[in-house]
Amino acid sequence: MAELLKIEALTICPANAPNRELVSNVSLSIEPGKTTCVVGESGSGKSLTALSVMGLLSKQLLQTSGRVLFKGQDLADFSAEEMRKIRGRQIGMIFQEPMTSLNPVLTIGYQIGEPLTVHLGLKGDLLKEKVTALLEQVGIPAHRANSYPDELSGGQRQRVMIAMSIACAPLMLIADEPTTALDVTVQAQILTLLDSLKTSMNMGMLLITHDFGVVADVADDVVVMFRGEVVEAGTVAQVLNNPAHPYTKALLACVPDAEGKKPLKPIDYAWLKNEQVPT
Amino acid sequence: MSEFILKARDLNKFYTQRSGRFGFGTTQVKALDNVSLELRHSSTLAVVGESGSGKSTLARCLLQLQPLDGGSVFFLGRDLADLPAKELRYQRRYLQMIFQDPFASLNPRMKVGEIVEEGLLIHGLGNKDERFEKALNMLKRVGLAEVDMQKYPHEFSGGQRQRIGIARALVLSPKVVVCDEPVSALDVSIQAQIILLLKELQQEMSLSYIFISHDLRVVRHIADEIAVMYQGKIVERGSVHEVYESPKQQYTQNLLKAIPGQKSHRG
Repeated sequence: MAELLKIEALTICPANAPNRELVSNVSLSIEPGKTTCVVGESGSGKSLTALSVMGLLSKQLLQTSGRVLFKGQDLADFSAEEMRKIRGRQIGMIFQEPMTSLNPVLTIGYQIGEPLTVHLGLKGDLLKEKVTALLEQVGIPAHRANSYPDELSGGQRQRVMIAMSIACAPLMLIADEPTTALDVTVQAQILTLLDSLKTSMNMGMLLITHDFGVVADVADDVVVMFRGEVVEAGTVAQVLNNPAHPYTKALLACVPDAEGKKPLKPIDYAWLKNEQVPT
Repeated sequence: MSEFILKARDLNKFYTQRSGRFGFGTTQVKALDNVSLELRHSSTLAVVGESGSGKSTLARCLLQLQPLDGGSVFFLGRDLADLPAKELRYQRRYLQMIFQDPFASLNPRMKVGEIVEEGLLIHGLGNKDERFEKALNMLKRVGLAEVDMQKYPHEFSGGQRQRIGIARALVLSPKVVVCDEPVSALDVSIQAQIILLLKELQQEMSLSYIFISHDLRVVRHIADEIAVMYQGKIVERGSVHEVYESPKQQYTQNLLKAIPGQKSHRG
């Protein structure tokens, strides 16, 4: 199947230090109806990669080389106006912290309806109907449309974020650590919800996480990032069952297992440096 | 000496919420509902549950940081609520806490050296040089260096800040340490480092931990006993082995089922 999104040799540097590569030569692709997980520690460049897809990189950062192709078109060719039409309409995004990414002074009904008004021009009863349907789709009772974010729990807020991002039925969803701030039980619910939405709407999904447990549950393909570079990529079964790169192995070894049989092993960075890196 | 270092009997705590039109009505929320637990010497008791189950309230009430509405906490056989204020303050040295959010729990205007020394100063332990020496040794033990004492919290990463929080709690040589979700704000790789550090320190300093967490994967690697909380009650208690291998309550089974990474990828 044709790729929905293709990142080719993406490199990002600070604007004032063009030789320090924060993201270095990253390539990955996403197909419709499939989930690609980007795994790595903080500082590995996974969020920067996602932000550059949306054209949301801070002005202090520069994309020095590489291309991001969406449906075969280079995103760099689009004007700011055109990008605005893609963001939220064709590519949805969910951020890590549902507490800080919702507007505290607007009702959640208004916030979910906003992309529908902006992109599709929905108004009045039609808009109300659609918002109700979206709330139900993510499992929030319809009367909650008049609630403010502070009246909801963390899990409910993340559901609101999901409702907002899928409102215009985007072709692709970018989720940056969507469950990191949540409880384990709520996390399981949110992941199941995302997975079923992906299947029913045939969305491509780019999911960023540091937790291999999450990867095992939802990913089709996996990309492992370390210090700005992709060190390993493959299908979820390949990467989890036969990790090739020492860093992937080390990252897998520090995930606590629920059986408690495997001893915890923190990453030994000094050892990693000396290890032969297979190419 | 009894085999338990800390005991809680029938703890009750209510929160009053405004409700109804214009907030004139009130409803009571039971944050702790007849909670009893015992912590053995040099062992770890994990308290697990979802947000809102009362875990953090329990942590605060055990250390008398919040007044109880009923029940009592016994530390080495003495009821903490009966102690005069001065004596309670003295005992706090032995009852320390490690907090969840390493970004919010360190004073941004104090240098790391001052943060770690403050407890010693308050409890009047040692002179200036001795305090410095103690703080330095503790910081070195948790993996930081002498130059770090002159730095401010914002200069450190999340994992390093959690190490500072640990040093601050342990410099007083406590007996009981309440860890309130100490690793849930950290990356998986940093999480493993901190868990191993806590386990090593427990051995060296014969600490007893109350370890509060919602992550059953983490708990498995540190706890000796587990108490499962749901809506302010302890619904299940037992050794790690019992609770993981044969959970009796439906709620515990659901928690175990929610652990990510159980979908198998063989074949």
